[in-house]
Amino acid sequence: MLNTFMQSRLRGLVILALILVILPAFLGNPFHYELVTQMAIIAATVVGLNLLVGFAGQISLGHAGFFGLGAYFTGIATGTYGWSSVPALVVGAIVVGAIAWIVGRPILRLKGHYLSMATLAVGFIIAIILNNERALTGGPDGMPVPAFEIFGWELSAFGRYSLFGITIEGFQAWYIFASVVLLVAVWFALNLIESPIGRALRSVHGSEVAASVVGVNTAKYKSLVFVISAIYASLMGSLYAHFQGFITPAVASFEFSILFITMVVLGGMGSTFGVILGAVVLKLLPQVLADFQELEHVMFGLILMLTMIFMPKGLLPTLTAFVSKKMRKKAGGEA
Amino acid sequence: MLAEFLQYLFTGITIGATYALIALGFTLIYNASHVINFAQGEFLMIGGMATVSLTAMGVPMILAVVLAVILAGILGVALQRFAIAPAKQADVVTLIIITIGASIFIRGIAQVVWGKEYHVMQNFSTDQPIEVFGAVLNSQSLWVLGIGAILVVGLVLFFTKTLIGKAILATSMNKEAARLVGIRTQMVLMLAFMVSALLGSVAGIVVAPITFTSYDIGIILGLKGFVAAAIGGLGSGVGAVVGGLSLGIVEAMAAGYISSDYKDAVAFSMILLVLFFMPRGLFGAKVVERV
Amino acid sequence: MTALVEVKGLDKAFGGVHAVEGVSFSVEAGQVYSVIGPNGAGKTTLFNLITGLYTPTKGEILLNGESTAKLEPNELAERGMCRTFQQMQICMNMTAIENVMLGRHLQLKSSLFTTLFRLPSLRRNEAAARKRAAELMEYVGCGDYLDAEASAMSYGALKRLEIARALAAEPKVILLDEPAAGLNAVETAALEDLIRKIADQGTTVMLVEHDMKLVMGISDRLLVLNYGRVLAEGTPEEIRQNPDVIAAYLGG
Ligand SMILES: Nc1ncnc2c1ncn2[C@@H]1O[C@H](COP(=O)(O)OP(=O)(O)OP(=O)(O)O)[C@@H](O)[C@H]1O
Ligand SMILES: [Mg+2]
Repeated sequence: MLNTFMQSRLRGLVILALILVILPAFLGNPFHYELVTQMAIIAATVVGLNLLVGFAGQISLGHAGFFGLGAYFTGIATGTYGWSSVPALVVGAIVVGAIAWIVGRPILRLKGHYLSMATLAVGFIIAIILNNERALTGGPDGMPVPAFEIFGWELSAFGRYSLFGITIEGFQAWYIFASVVLLVAVWFALNLIESPIGRALRSVHGSEVAASVVGVNTAKYKSLVFVISAIYASLMGSLYAHFQGFITPAVASFEFSILFITMVVLGGMGSTFGVILGAVVLKLLPQVLADFQELEHVMFGLILMLTMIFMPKGLLPTLTAFVSKKMRKKAGGEA
Repeated sequence: MLAEFLQYLFTGITIGATYALIALGFTLIYNASHVINFAQGEFLMIGGMATVSLTAMGVPMILAVVLAVILAGILGVALQRFAIAPAKQADVVTLIIITIGASIFIRGIAQVVWGKEYHVMQNFSTDQPIEVFGAVLNSQSLWVLGIGAILVVGLVLFFTKTLIGKAILATSMNKEAARLVGIRTQMVLMLAFMVSALLGSVAGIVVAPITFTSYDIGIILGLKGFVAAAIGGLGSGVGAVVGGLSLGIVEAMAAGYISSDYKDAVAFSMILLVLFFMPRGLFGAKVVERV
Repeated sequence: MTALVEVKGLDKAFGGVHAVEGVSFSVEAGQVYSVIGPNGAGKTTLFNLITGLYTPTKGEILLNGESTAKLEPNELAERGMCRTFQQMQICMNMTAIENVMLGRHLQLKSSLFTTLFRLPSLRRNEAAARKRAAELMEYVGCGDYLDAEASAMSYGALKRLEIARALAAEPKVILLDEPAAGLNAVETAALEDLIRKIADQGTTVMLVEHDMKLVMGISDRLLVLNYGRVLAEGTPEEIRQNPDVIAAYLGG
């Protein structure tokens, strides 16, 4: 019974859900909640990015552009034009998806470093537009974003809510919301990967010619996964904007794009739970390194370099390989 | 009218020459190891910052320049030896992240040593601008162009006339074959990183009086160099020079005639446009992939 | 009747190298049609042209009477063409059976919605595809690797896996580029049986192979290439007796 569960495809999802349920016991103050909520939103973003990078093998150094577009679409639609949050989120995702499809077509014909260059350029152009269209975006100073609102009911980190007789704080409500979003994002990603579409995506990474001769329209699937990962980024950008209550063009910046791709690579390309670990580690690291003050960046760069040199496959794949080797040794010893 | 145009052209060529030098640095490393070195911009920063701080400490200019260039060279070799070489088997993206880690590391150290402020470097010669048909030309621009030209000619001679240069070329074409004829490829790789670092630091020094310099100047300069290299076609020396100059000129014209807010957007649109029509840049090798 | 595959005046040049030059021939449905020739003769290039991976410099290829000039490899696959590669193209980021299931891509259409929610129809189709893939793996003789990662398989097993993947697509014509290369005598004999079985089931086979015994025994017709040009074309008997072939190839 337990055994079949441990081998089922949703094992990881259940473990993640358990962690998310248990975690609040260790969260002391609103700041902890804020950090973990941000982690969940960013993690869902990189789960989407990993579909593109880890599974389909296409580099993107500009994904924060789509995250930023989603954030600003929500900010402008709800803040400036008074839309409700859900329509803003959905329309934003559709618009961003359409943009990704349009730019993706020509860009995804490129390979390797040319593709990284082109995606980097797209991200940069988006960030520059957000910086300069002051009338719409408030420019480099950023803009405020109203609280998330659904059916006239507001979800604010500073609110207080009663659910089934239990009173919870706004930041706790956001934590629950973000956790559910992350679980759904992961569930969709897992379903996608283990399907004919997912195999087609992975075959583009494994061997593009093999894919094409068995009938996979590689250009179409690259566009598809590019759009899907952009929609993930847009949706999460929208939520991030609501959660933060204030956004600046930094959400679309090159630095943010690099952070996303680093989370994917550091956590383990092609491992959905690996990239979540990557998001957690890279969100936590600055908190830990803040104690080093001046040396924060030096330490960060050093850790990043060393991890990638000694664990090029990423944290989680390296760790699981290590553990299963140990287990096999143990099993071999007993036999 | 003409004066205005000339003014933008001078600006464009000057910054374009700098981009070309950075792009050449990318090209060298790319050819030797197929790595895109995202820490390339840090060599420029090191060159400029070290020179400024050494002269501020009273070291004569010439000596300061030499020391700064040597420092960058050592850094280049160290980067290859300690960060790139151990990760030979890694994925393209993994290598990118490693060089990004290296650049964050170098930048972090620079920030600790030199602080976050902008630093000003004096023009090499006179501060008096030169007038040409009504346009003003900063005397430092002539230094940038002159030294840029000397470096390019030097590189050409290095690769065609010296044994070491030929060894680097041979290694970039076929590593295995190069090893078989007795070239020590590890040495060659280190050398490529060193020369690339030297180029970058010199570019950083000559352009510092024009752009000022600070610990984080390497990010954007490095990226522009990558753009220039990609426009020209990765791996092509001619492409790097053409890409650098055209990027600089387009940028300056865009800043002048359209809007300086959008000059970077124009640069990045330009690379997209080039890649749209020529997926391997202007001078990139056109090969049919073998299967 | 029209030929299944018809090649007319085909040319492919890489820079100055004419890899294929003025090649014409046709393959009837149900045949085993082999292409032989020394290293560098242009056999792989010819296969790459036929399967749409390269565009011809000149000439035309017809599949079932339809020109393939504007068709991508995946569109040719939709019309019933599939192949294996001399330089094996296995997706090392997947398991063995997933590689074979990939071959069923065209039979497994499911919408994004069905996929994201993993609706029962998708689960059913996946289970059926997995079962079929397992059968094919048994059929080609790599049933031992049902649960293996592709990266953990031996060379010979991978070669058979590639054939299983191509068969999974249920092609009308299958192109095999040097399937026996690197195989030992026992494996080659098994391969010969396998090709015969495939042909007997009505699939047209195009074969590039250096193993003369295998080729001569199995082929209905042969095409001999030399320096990109056709040296001879005919039945094994005719080829064996062709003086040009004897002089240039078999004799040497
Ligand atoms: N993508 C390519 N780019 C450049 N030249 C190529 C390419 N593909 C093949 N060639 C050249 O075309 C010629 C024919 O090569 P091809 O691979 O078709 O030969 P082959 O008959 O399959 O040889 P082998 O028996 O060794 O597999 C060779 O000279 C080869 O170098
Ligand atoms: Mg061949």
